[in-house]
Amino acid sequence: MALWPQSSVAKKFLNAITGIGLFIFVVVHLFENLLLLTGNPDDFNRWAHFLESFGVVLRIIEIGLAAFFIAHIWSALLVYWDKWKARPHGYRVYRTAGWTSRQTLSSQTMIYTGIVLLAFVIWHVITFRFGPYYPIMVDGVEMRDLHRLVVEVFNEPINVVLYVAVMVFLGFHLRHGFWSALQSLGAYHPRWTPVWYSGGVLVAAALAAGFIVIPIWVYLYL
Amino acid sequence: MTKKMTLHLRIWRQPNPHTPGRFVTYTIRDVSSDMSLLELLDVLNEELIKKGEPPVEFDSDCREGICGTCGFLVNGVAHGPKRGRTACQQYLRDFKDGETITLEPFRAKAFPVIKDLVVDRSALDRIMAAGGYISVNTGSAPDANSIPIPKEIAEQAFDAAACIGCGACVAACPNASASLFVSAKIAHLALLPQGQPERIRRVLRMVEQMDKEGFGDCSNHGECEAVCPKNISIKHIAIMRREYLRALWSL
Ligand code: HEM
Ligand code: SF4
Ligand code: FES
Repeated sequence: MALWPQSSVAKKFLNAITGIGLFIFVVVHLFENLLLLTGNPDDFNRWAHFLESFGVVLRIIEIGLAAFFIAHIWSALLVYWDKWKARPHGYRVYRTAGWTSRQTLSSQTMIYTGIVLLAFVIWHVITFRFGPYYPIMVDGVEMRDLHRLVVEVFNEPINVVLYVAVMVFLGFHLRHGFWSALQSLGAYHPRWTPVWYSGGVLVAAALAAGFIVIPIWVYLYL
Repeated sequence: MTKKMTLHLRIWRQPNPHTPGRFVTYTIRDVSSDMSLLELLDVLNEELIKKGEPPVEFDSDCREGICGTCGFLVNGVAHGPKRGRTACQQYLRDFKDGETITLEPFRAKAFPVIKDLVVDRSALDRIMAAGGYISVNTGSAPDANSIPIPKEIAEQAFDAAACIGCGACVAACPNASASLFVSAKIAHLALLPQGQPERIRRVLRMVEQMDKEGFGDCSNHGECEAVCPKNISIKHIAIMRREYLRALWSL
């Protein structure tokens, strides 16, 4: 009951909890993907195979992740629906007062960067998760050659360009999202809030940069 | 140094809630740079009355930044250019000679325009009413300081209680959310011993009323804090959320 977003405050609890969940997933996913750059294709495939070995547990985690996505989008749309209703007559002249305002391009475009991420995730899951199955033998075990699939996909320049662009959007989403999620859960601290507000830039940039390196590397060297 | 200035005012004129409004530009010459913005409007209104035109309607009362009656957008910023001040505390010296100043009413579905720059902010009163009473003994006045309150707590409660209910936070918020106002009221009482008995139902009811009035939700843009004439921090919005969590927990 507590999580069903009945009130404006509860909506943000749900949006923040799911946002943090997705953030953690994205961080883990980056480290997984960095295995592509080890120089040995087996490393990446072994890891993927190891995850697959969890079978039904992995399926449950996947479904949970999808549920987080849906709940995140649902709560975000509720927030935006209320926003659109709350000021039917907009201002002729409006600007931010600056100073301590945290209104940025990133905070103003959450819904748009979010929609881009959604479109991307659908494409991404279709391409990789439900993409072609290439078998390979590693350590005498047959497994899926995901490394080959990734290399194939990112040898298409258009895919590299799109992927890089979407990661910039991810960076923008998290520039505001990172500190916003903490604030939504009531975690304000006079000393630390400025730190994680500013730190959000670094976190967002580092994550985006990490993801951007991978397809470019694959395109150039693999 | 006092200067003589000429200013152009581009003002939203709307005769009543049901007739669409429009911007009208007026020029006022040779006014002192030490005048306040509201005094400039007074001068304009005298000229309009002499010409037999309807004066520009705007709210004000104390004109010293303490009552929360005044307020509109000045060049796109609620209350105007100088931070930590109400509209009545903005002075012409902070504008450029020859500048066109745009004045627009606070805009939100929950703040319908009554006339020109005057909006109906009674939604904020209804949120306060939904918060309800606090349990204190009536009868003879209690001794001062009979309830000990630690200094830090008293100061935090004062910070929250500084909110004058002007509604600028709503006006500046991209989502037209009233979270800063509501959270200041909730935090103020939640911090004090007198606010404890009704603590849980107060936050639930005030948030519920806030939503019913048609205010938007908070996306943490923090614009409210930057325009608040009393410098109310968005820390209070975090406190409101903790109070809400606490209330859900104890239901
Ligand atoms: C990789 C996927 C994603 C991650 C890591 C992520 C992360 C986050 C985080 C941490 C927040 C801050 C939560 C808060 O403000 O309390 C947030 C907010 C938001 N997210 Fe996402 N998100 C993702 C995908 C999406 C998608 C697919 C949408 C689609 C519509 C979306 C729309 C939004 C919106 C609109 C907000 C702001 C809500 C508000 O203004 O109150 N996000 N996101
Ligand atoms: S929080 Fe600040 S801006 Fe909002 S009503 Fe109170 S005094 Fe005005
Ligand atoms: S008129 Fe009282 S605060 Fe401006």
